[in-house]
Amino acid sequence: MIDTVVFYLFAALAAGSALVVVGQRNPLYSALALIVTMGSLSAIFGLLGSPFIAALQVVVYAGAIMVLFLFVIMLLNVKREDGESSQSPGLRTTAILLGAVLLVQAGTVLWAWQVAAPAGFDASAVKVAQALFSSRYLYVFEATSVLILAALVGAVALAKRER
Amino acid sequence: MSGALAQPALMLSLLLFTIGVVGVFLRRNVITVFMCVELMLNAVNLAFVAFSRQMGTLDGQVLVFFVMTVAAAEAAVGLAIIIAIHRHKDTLDVDAFNLMKW
Repeated sequence: MIDTVVFYLFAALAAGSALVVVGQRNPLYSALALIVTMGSLSAIFGLLGSPFIAALQVVVYAGAIMVLFLFVIMLLNVKREDGESSQSPGLRTTAILLGAVLLVQAGTVLWAWQVAAPAGFDASAVKVAQALFSSRYLYVFEATSVLILAALVGAVALAKRER
Repeated sequence: MSGALAQPALMLSLLLFTIGVVGVFLRRNVITVFMCVELMLNAVNLAFVAFSRQMGTLDGQVLVFFVMTVAAAEAAVGLAIIIAIHRHKDTLDVDAFNLMKW
């Protein structure tokens, strides 16, 4: 019972701060709101019985990626979007309308997906690591290390000032 | 006990994804657009965890791990591109980046 209450509390927090991310004109406030969204999602992961993913969410997303975002926002001294939007009101209306269509269509499909979740689900860090290092995902796991190395070199090469 | 929350979690995931999609179209600042993409990735992660809970398998959790890795790489490269573009154009307005636009 308390789980359900806490879940809806964090779900409302996540949805509300996501709306702030989109509605806010100042990117700095958007970034701070996105951190709140990611923290709430971490709590929801915990409630869904995935403590490992909940911890990863805080460490990788809120800890690493968002710090990178805040760093770039402050480095570039980003100002808020000022003045009227250059986009026509027709485009904005179409975007919101298409968003509503997506929400209704996918919502109908997902709502029909009623499966009784099995009891005794164990997604502790040990179990997830076991699955990760099983023969099924081992090569994919190794490939991600190459991906990160490539991203590292690419980021340095792109951001470097040419002489 | 936590199994009953999987269905509402899917709905929340869809809501967050839609907010991200609409944000990509509405915002003009390239950094905010990029943050909306991150929001969509987070929503998909939530869907993976909810499906994993409903099916009782750990594959969804492993996929979330990979999505997070790719998101970290994508954020690093994307922000480097944003810095490089800002150096050339001196603006972050997506409407100004039209060199490759047909």
